[in-house]
Amino acid sequence: MNKPFFVSRTSFLALFLIILTGVFTPVFGSDEAGQKESEPVNISEVILHHVMDDHQWHFADWLVLPLPIIVYTEEKGLDIFMSSKFYDHHKEVEYNGYKLEHNHITLVESGKAVFDLSITKNVLMLLITSGLLLFVFGSAAKSAKANKGKAPKGMQSFFEPIILFVRDEIVKPNINSHHVDRFLPYMLTLFFFILFGNLLGLLPGAGNLTGNIAVTMTLAVLTFLITNFNGKKAYWGHIFWTPGVPLPLRIVILPVEIIGMFTKPFSLMIRLFVAITAGHIVLLALICLTFIFGSLIVGFGSSIIVLFINLIELLVAGIQAYVFTMFSSMYIGMAVEEGHDH
Amino acid sequence: MDLLTPGSGLIIWQLFIFVLLVLLLGKLAWKPILASLKEREESIQQALDSAESAKKEMASLKADNEILLRETREERDKILRDARTAANRIHDEAQVDAKKNADRMIEDAKSIIQTERNAALRDVKEQVAMFSIEIAEKLIKKNLSDDKTQKELANTFIKDLKLN
Repeated sequence: MNKPFFVSRTSFLALFLIILTGVFTPVFGSDEAGQKESEPVNISEVILHHVMDDHQWHFADWLVLPLPIIVYTEEKGLDIFMSSKFYDHHKEVEYNGYKLEHNHITLVESGKAVFDLSITKNVLMLLITSGLLLFVFGSAAKSAKANKGKAPKGMQSFFEPIILFVRDEIVKPNINSHHVDRFLPYMLTLFFFILFGNLLGLLPGAGNLTGNIAVTMTLAVLTFLITNFNGKKAYWGHIFWTPGVPLPLRIVILPVEIIGMFTKPFSLMIRLFVAITAGHIVLLALICLTFIFGSLIVGFGSSIIVLFINLIELLVAGIQAYVFTMFSSMYIGMAVEEGHDH
Repeated sequence: MDLLTPGSGLIIWQLFIFVLLVLLLGKLAWKPILASLKEREESIQQALDSAESAKKEMASLKADNEILLRETREERDKILRDARTAANRIHDEAQVDAKKNADRMIEDAKSIIQTERNAALRDVKEQVAMFSIEIAEKLIKKNLSDDKTQKELANTFIKDLKLN
């Protein structure tokens, strides 16, 4: 009886902290603007810099976390060094024949782009998110094993309802019950990865992981691959020889169906990317109002608005995780459906 | 625009780490958690089912009990009724028997008394006769010592005969 109350209290505390960050985010931002007081702030550059990937983790001008650069070129082979080598007091410099320009590393001599496997800000966010997922659900699983046949405890009791929600409300209605167990691990991982990524991305200074198109593309492609590798006869039959449609129309429908195969993951990719990135841009734009007007009152006002937008973003974080998982299970569910007449 | 071009490095990291995450979480987290959830659901279902069946059993038991009780009550009533009639019958019979016995005993007693009485009377009669004879003998012996008296006696007898 005591423990769940404690858990809900901590989760409320966490929620409260996230809300508070909305209020204090401008404080973090003020460092950047402070130095550039004389020159006009390039708002769009600041915002894009915040939502995009970076080779270093820039919290504030006095707090920059250098990240490892891993590059490969045919000429020079594999090279690993820290990103701080590219900077000399905030000025971008060349290092070892490499040049970092607008987040792209090129060879100085030939100007050729390198194959960049660096641990960027988003890769580090990815690692943090994955580590958190492993920790949270690892300990939930541990207590599930320890509390066998007993009431759930701690982390387990907090996440079990969400896991049940994913299983019973997202996956089961869309995927035939014979296949649920096969796809459930992927769906759960997908849901919690997106949810955690979205929520962590809302923290001040955090990287915009799930609002990065590379990430959403990879997730969408995985869903696409799983969908088509598990496609049953009925699925392919529906695409190539749509049943219940007059013959001439079938030929017309064929390209539409084939395009449809690809628009599905494409919509997944775009939806998550846009929803998260747009949210971040809105938040940043509101915060930047303070520096556009250079006024304390506007700063206070926009902070209050940011607070509420942050609440909406919390909602969006959950909704997007839900939507991505739901559509993924719908596509996969359609693919594994055994043929039945229309 | 850079925002819309996916970085190849991030794609590779994302693919690698996410697939690894699916496998790791699938093995370490989802399997035990889902198993425990399923187990709990089953145990709850089982508990509900057994409660339901216990309830049904209880109801049928109660109905059985009621039937049993009713039957028992009927049987008891019947036994009581039987017993009462039996008791009455026995009572009546006993009464009749007793009366009969008493009557017979009285009868017996009466007859015995009669016979005894008769015997006693006979005895008394005999005794009286004996005494009378003895007395008569003595009287006769004494009275008949002279002729006159004998004659007188003979006359008396004759008188008596005449009277009879």
